[in-house]
Amino acid sequence: MPSFVITEKCDGCKGLDKTACMYICPNDLMVLDMEKMKAYNRDPMMCWECQCCVKICPQQAMDVRGYADFIPLGASVVPLRGSEDIMWTIKFRDGSLKRFKFPIRTTEEGSADPLAGYATHDDLSSHCLATEPESLGCDVPSK
Amino acid sequence: MANFETVEVSTDLLIVGGGFTACGAATEAAYWAKKNGLKVTVVDKAALDRSGAIAMGLSAINQYVGLREGDNTCEEYVNYVRQDLMGISREDLVYNIARHVDSSVHLFEKWGLKIWLDEDGKYVHEGRWQLMINGESYKILIAEAAKNAINDAGGEIIERVFICEPLMDGNKCVGAIGFSTREEKIYVFKAKATITAMGGAVHVFRPRSAGEGFGRSWYPPFNTGSSAFFTIKAGAEMTCQEVRFIPVRFKDAYGPVGAWFLLFKSRAISATGGEYMAVRKDELQNWAPYGLVKPIPANLRNYLGMLDVEAGLGPLYMETDEAIAKIADEFKDDPKAFKKKMKELDSEAWEDFLDMTISQAHLWAALNVKPDEKHSEIAACEPYFIGSHSGASGAWVSGPEDLDTPYKWGYANMTTVDGLFAAGDASGASSHKFSSGSHAEGRIAGMAAIKYVVDNNNEPNVDAAQVEALSKKITAPIKLYDAHCNETTQPEVNPNYIKPDQFMHRLQKIMDEYAGGVSSAFKTSKSLLERAMELFVYLKEDSAKIGAANLHELMRGWENMHRMYQGEAHVRTMLFRDETRWPGYYYRADTPTMDNDNWLCFANCRMDPATEEWEMMKRDIWTLPE
Repeated sequence: MPSFVITEKCDGCKGLDKTACMYICPNDLMVLDMEKMKAYNRDPMMCWECQCCVKICPQQAMDVRGYADFIPLGASVVPLRGSEDIMWTIKFRDGSLKRFKFPIRTTEEGSADPLAGYATHDDLSSHCLATEPESLGCDVPSK
Repeated sequence: MANFETVEVSTDLLIVGGGFTACGAATEAAYWAKKNGLKVTVVDKAALDRSGAIAMGLSAINQYVGLREGDNTCEEYVNYVRQDLMGISREDLVYNIARHVDSSVHLFEKWGLKIWLDEDGKYVHEGRWQLMINGESYKILIAEAAKNAINDAGGEIIERVFICEPLMDGNKCVGAIGFSTREEKIYVFKAKATITAMGGAVHVFRPRSAGEGFGRSWYPPFNTGSSAFFTIKAGAEMTCQEVRFIPVRFKDAYGPVGAWFLLFKSRAISATGGEYMAVRKDELQNWAPYGLVKPIPANLRNYLGMLDVEAGLGPLYMETDEAIAKIADEFKDDPKAFKKKMKELDSEAWEDFLDMTISQAHLWAALNVKPDEKHSEIAACEPYFIGSHSGASGAWVSGPEDLDTPYKWGYANMTTVDGLFAAGDASGASSHKFSSGSHAEGRIAGMAAIKYVVDNNNEPNVDAAQVEALSKKITAPIKLYDAHCNETTQPEVNPNYIKPDQFMHRLQKIMDEYAGGVSSAFKTSKSLLERAMELFVYLKEDSAKIGAANLHELMRGWENMHRMYQGEAHVRTMLFRDETRWPGYYYRADTPTMDNDNWLCFANCRMDPATEEWEMMKRDIWTLPE
């Protein structure tokens, strides 16, 4: 299911210093064609179809087409990711549809506190990590 | 013509990688670094938000011991791992991760991960050790905490820099060298301690899908053997390099089967309807004591299915329709409750795919699969190197201080190289850590590495000549390509170089055909492995002839160099271990049985970085006292 870019919708993220898809792809596949100001997937055979690019695209200009060597044509799986949940629309080859909405986080974006308010200690030789034992909820076992 | 400038970064602790392990290490190390006035630098080849194996998300947390709840003990977790790995595990490391993993999970929950709760507010378990989550943004949350920790401690996160090799001062690691995948820049990191957390290895073996689906590996294609290479090249002792992992998953798209097996109690059968785990249960006697205790080790479950396939009884199927019918039967007197239950199950089954293997949802949709009407095909994937799951390959690391073991030579999770730490997929013989345990092990390594720096606060002695030689080596593929690409009308085919993708195909062909890949039905032998070693000589020589047209290809070239060393360590160790111990991972046809008298031990190896000569050795197993 390699990702592809819809020519009409891609604007090359012209307002940004780099394209969103290029920024996020864990496998360094997305490239911006500077002449056309359109992004493209340079090596579909190395695409894991994680859809990180599809989820992040501000223009919803990206989609996936099932891997040609084993996925029959005609289906689609489209995410719409918000700040609290993600909506999925699954279209079957026979035309039937399924729609799901799942939560993605319970806190505000950016708010993750590394120590999460747990008590910390300052003994580097302890077998307890920074937030333990409180973050464990019991004594840290030892032999 | 390429013109690389050099950027130098000095730091106290360098964390190489960006996945769960690296984020755990960064979060913990930042706390201790701030207290001690030290600097932590993270270098990632991708973007921290979505780098590593959890880029897509995950639908379950596979390691939660339940210490707080009194559900299980760390000793029970150690027993489970020992059993699954056929007796071969570093029980001190497994124990250490088990006692810290729950606190990672509790942190995740506070950071915003939605862990399913039942009516009583308790975690919903998929299995004894597994928790159900809504995990689409699992990686984003873990990265967010790591970023906030590093920013608060005045550290630095550098993205899109690919690390090629360690920098060495004798047997001490003093940093790393790599290049930017965005600009022509060599990056030299000088560090007092370094943590290796670059994941496992995929595409060392040829995948089943050879067309567009080549990238649809079960583990991600951006896990390229970099951890193994980095530690091997530093001269670290490695362990369990023979213990690859082969998952059985829904065929081709490799969607998860955990929910179907554990939550829906589905059975796996052959095409003629036999349940191979029942029909072939006598075979398990041959793998006693491990074959006789539940849960049956993953590799033995694989093996019984493989025997069916070999007997011509394939395809294998997951009996989804039967499982749903059974659930329907439970609700036969209450159609309304059944409808509600089915709606729940439908959502759970699809989320299982959508959270971690979206293409499986796509494949089912394209095949009009209705799981309540018809079963779905499952198959063994190609082999992977993944120390965090039911494989075990990785570096041999020092164990926790408070356990009385023969495995202590310094700081927790330090390799046999001074100042070089490894965790997650990078550390070996401590399987079944998964996402949460990898994060916890990253935290263990993060704290230990800061302690190392506090105790050994010496400026890293980086040899300028070494940096210059490595800079030349790093950019050589670009220079080679530039020098010759116009000599042929089609630059892909040129007698002076081979492109990174063709080099990878050559490696994969050797591994697949001689070292027990898919096309050889996971079987190999001494003679086949020796032939692989003969071909490796040429492959290694030709690795100096990789040509790269741009920075992206330069990264691909280096990734394949890394894969090659993982492949070589694997072949050498399978050759060393004269027995078959994990028959559903690989089968030594010339030594087809398990030999506990001689091989109930670790098979370790070390490559001398100067001569590239390998030494193989056995190491004793230490068993955790009850």
